[in-house]
Amino acid sequence: MNPDNYLYLSAILFTLGALGVLIRRNAIVVFMCIELMLNAANLAFVTFSRMHGALDGQIIAFFTMVVAAAEVVVGLAIIISVFRTRRSASVDDANLLKY
Amino acid sequence: MTPSYAPVAATGTFALTAWVILLPLAGAAILLIGGRRTNRWGHLLGCTAAIGSFVLGAVLFFALLAKPGAQRSYDQHVYTWIPVPGFTADVGFHLDQLSIVFVLLITGVGSLIHIYSVAYMEHDENRRKFFCYLNLFLAAMLVLVLADNYLLLYAGWEGVGLASYLLIGFWQHKPSAAVAAKKAFIVNRVGDVGLSIAVMLMYTTFGSFAFGPVLNGASSAKVGTMTAIGLLLLLGACGKSAQFPLQSWLLDAMEGPTPVSALIHAATMVTAGVYLIVRSNAIFDVSPNARLVVTVIGAITLMFGAIIGCAKDDIKKALAGSTMSQIGYMILAAGLGPIGYVFAIMHLITHGFFKAGLFLGAGSVMHGMNDDVNMRHYGALRRFMPWTFATFGLGYLAIIGVPPFSGYWSKDKIIEAAFAQGGTSGWILGCTALLGALITAFYMTRVVLMTFFGQKRWVPDAEGHEPHPHESPWIMVIPMVVLAVGSVAAGFLFSYHNAFVNWLSPVTGISEGHSPINTAVLQVITLVLVALGIGYAYLGYGLQQAPSTPPLGSFATRAARQDLYGDAFNELVFMRGGQYLTRVLVYFDMKGVDGVVNGVSAGLGGSSGRLRKLQSGFVRSYALSMFGGATLLIVALLLVRG
Amino acid sequence: MGNTGHGETFLFWVGSIISILGALGLIFSKKIVHAALCLCTVMLCLAFFYMAQGAVFLGVVQIVVYTGAVMMLFLFVLMLIGIESQDSLVETIRGQRWLAVPFVLAFGFVLIGVYAHANLPEFVGTDAANAKGGGNVQSLALLLFSRYFWAFEVSSAVLITSATGAMVLTHRERTVPRKSQRESSIERFERWGKGEKVSLTGLPNPGVYAQHNAVDTPALLPDGSPSEASVNATLRGRDTVRGFRPLPLPGARRNGAAVASRGDAGNEEVSQ
Repeated sequence: MNPDNYLYLSAILFTLGALGVLIRRNAIVVFMCIELMLNAANLAFVTFSRMHGALDGQIIAFFTMVVAAAEVVVGLAIIISVFRTRRSASVDDANLLKY
Repeated sequence: MTPSYAPVAATGTFALTAWVILLPLAGAAILLIGGRRTNRWGHLLGCTAAIGSFVLGAVLFFALLAKPGAQRSYDQHVYTWIPVPGFTADVGFHLDQLSIVFVLLITGVGSLIHIYSVAYMEHDENRRKFFCYLNLFLAAMLVLVLADNYLLLYAGWEGVGLASYLLIGFWQHKPSAAVAAKKAFIVNRVGDVGLSIAVMLMYTTFGSFAFGPVLNGASSAKVGTMTAIGLLLLLGACGKSAQFPLQSWLLDAMEGPTPVSALIHAATMVTAGVYLIVRSNAIFDVSPNARLVVTVIGAITLMFGAIIGCAKDDIKKALAGSTMSQIGYMILAAGLGPIGYVFAIMHLITHGFFKAGLFLGAGSVMHGMNDDVNMRHYGALRRFMPWTFATFGLGYLAIIGVPPFSGYWSKDKIIEAAFAQGGTSGWILGCTALLGALITAFYMTRVVLMTFFGQKRWVPDAEGHEPHPHESPWIMVIPMVVLAVGSVAAGFLFSYHNAFVNWLSPVTGISEGHSPINTAVLQVITLVLVALGIGYAYLGYGLQQAPSTPPLGSFATRAARQDLYGDAFNELVFMRGGQYLTRVLVYFDMKGVDGVVNGVSAGLGGSSGRLRKLQSGFVRSYALSMFGGATLLIVALLLVRG
Repeated sequence: MGNTGHGETFLFWVGSIISILGALGLIFSKKIVHAALCLCTVMLCLAFFYMAQGAVFLGVVQIVVYTGAVMMLFLFVLMLIGIESQDSLVETIRGQRWLAVPFVLAFGFVLIGVYAHANLPEFVGTDAANAKGGGNVQSLALLLFSRYFWAFEVSSAVLITSATGAMVLTHRERTVPRKSQRESSIERFERWGKGEKVSLTGLPNPGVYAQHNAVDTPALLPDGSPSEASVNATLRGRDTVRGFRPLPLPGARRNGAAVASRGDAGNEEVSQ
């Protein structure tokens, strides 16, 4: 089978992650869908690194993981502090910045 | 002989030309800026400026007289007014036979009226302001007749309009005076539009405003353009000279003090239109159509003024109607072309004498009758005001054209020239002029009979004072006497050895026409008609007393009392039409223009109100729009870059 | 056109189906813990893919860091806040679902279309690259600390910043000094004296006098009745409090039966 299929799989996973971000209301689930999108991108990177025979793709995937970890830390801290004040974990409840 | 326009530079005595204008101008400035401080001697300064200007005018006249006929044309350049390359206009004065005649008339009659006003306006606290305005008028009118280019003439034109406004509305506390002043100015403005467009046309056709290029180039320009310029000049003249269709302001202008009516609305300002046409004779000579229109307007106004004058009980308004009619004669003569220009001016001068004299006499009568103007309240005044009666009577004889008084000489020549025009128009114009003479005799006799003859019909005024008619002070009588002398002698002197014709013809040109009716027969017919008019008036007003309340009268009388419905027509067509047009435009402005503008703002407001709902506050909506946008961007990129 | 071996093909197909199912589960599951576990599944599958493609180090890091640390973070936070909030799948924003699905599908098609359309070069494989440094880890290290050194330093800054940021964000400043044990005891007695219903001894921990060490089993009070207060309010609200065995008094006979061993008595009582 053509290793290109990994790319298609990555595209599908990314799409599903985007769908989750747009559909779900719980902040944690949205965050997890974002993680899914990041992982799908990582898969694509690794596939490309295999395609080109260079390890640069893996390095980038590595850095993506680092940044994703940092982002998860901060993002969850934000969710917790929002939850403490508002007692709600729904992203729709943080809607005061409106007309 | 054909006219020519070839002035030389003014030197020596002729350099005094500018001073003729500067004296009254300085007088007006001093009296205006000095204000109340000059109240004690303001009138004297005004008289001095006017008399000084007349003396200078006389000096210039004699200097011109000393020169041979072909060398009586001088240009004095004062300064460059608009030094724009390609559009120069200068302030310069042109002295020739035509302008000096006007200068003498303006300053002479003006000085007499200044002297008269010293006593007439004695009890008015604003007498100094009156003299200031009178001097201003003199200066402006002198600029008008002495200008050497049409732009400066227009400036003088506007100046006399301003002075007329200020003087008609002199008693500004009277609403009727203020309204009359406005009406005069506005109707004049309509005419001024014609003059200004004519000046603009002259510039585009000849490239200059000066008389030289315009008048000398008229014969080689397109006839259509010359017709247009001529008609527009006629429009200007109609406004200033109260000719049909812009005649409505003249009778209302009698709200001003009587010296104003005498000076401006009898002798000088209203003759500015005639001056304009005669000065522009080169243009009219080229275009027979314009001349035809001029004669028609003159004839119509002639009859118009005469009919109105027949039914007016206000002595000043009757005389104003007479002025309108006599200027109609002048315009008629001016429209006849070279056969009539000289006689138009001659009638203008003689008319200046006797009409000013008649107005001053009317002022004197009013002075003695507690400022009552209604002739039905006069009667038998000849015993109480002999000098006034004498001068008024001489003026009356002059205006109706009884020989050997001056009106006879000038008016008959106009009638002759009208017949000499030839063809159908000649017959029509001539018969109109004859009919006008008949009616003139009628209404003037009516005025004289109602005022000076018959029995006393005096009524006490509003406060119950009985009128005590008395002769006016000598300072008022002397100008009337001088003018009466002019009324008597001027016409004869002008016609003696064709003096006036010879004097003026180098400027206007003269040609002899062939009248189908023998001159002597014509004169006899005229005199018969005059006698008929006098007789008819005697039947109506000499044999029986005029009732103190105006009787209903025939349709013609009622129409004449309403100024032949001139005001009604103006109101209906222009005022109501204008108001309707304004309402329509306002409607369009509010609904259309404002609608568009407000529509834009409302649209913006509405769309922004709807658009701001996009800011729902929901993160997911924002995420969706970001995602959708990113998708579209990627698709677009792919499409573009393949 | 490099073909993969049979093993990898099999791995790919199975793993891709599992990961897609896991992704679908992540998006559509009602309970959040299930969603988290689905994500873990996906990540594990991806780790296998990485290892299959020769990125061995990355695969291990995926399991250790991503699945192990990051998902644990998620679950901790879920414990703190997520259990209560049940996410209903009813859409509250008008039109969101109708717009989102087409857009997302379009995006997916575009992406797949790009991949299909693109002129991708032949697969080279990472063996040579791995061998260059003598192994995947060493080659990565060679690359990381030479060409990508600057990014490495910057990512360290990112990590430090994020840790500090998390501490700052969740810090709760004490506005009043913390009460010591003596002080809170004094306060309890004062309140009890005023008539407030306050337990003088403090609330019991779960498991005190309890038969079970479970959170959802209530503890027993000295008189044998269950203490409602010993169960977490959440579980009480959810009504998942387990039943209990009432504690027999020492020496008491129940229903005439002699006190048997603990186990027998327990079985009997449970059946009540």
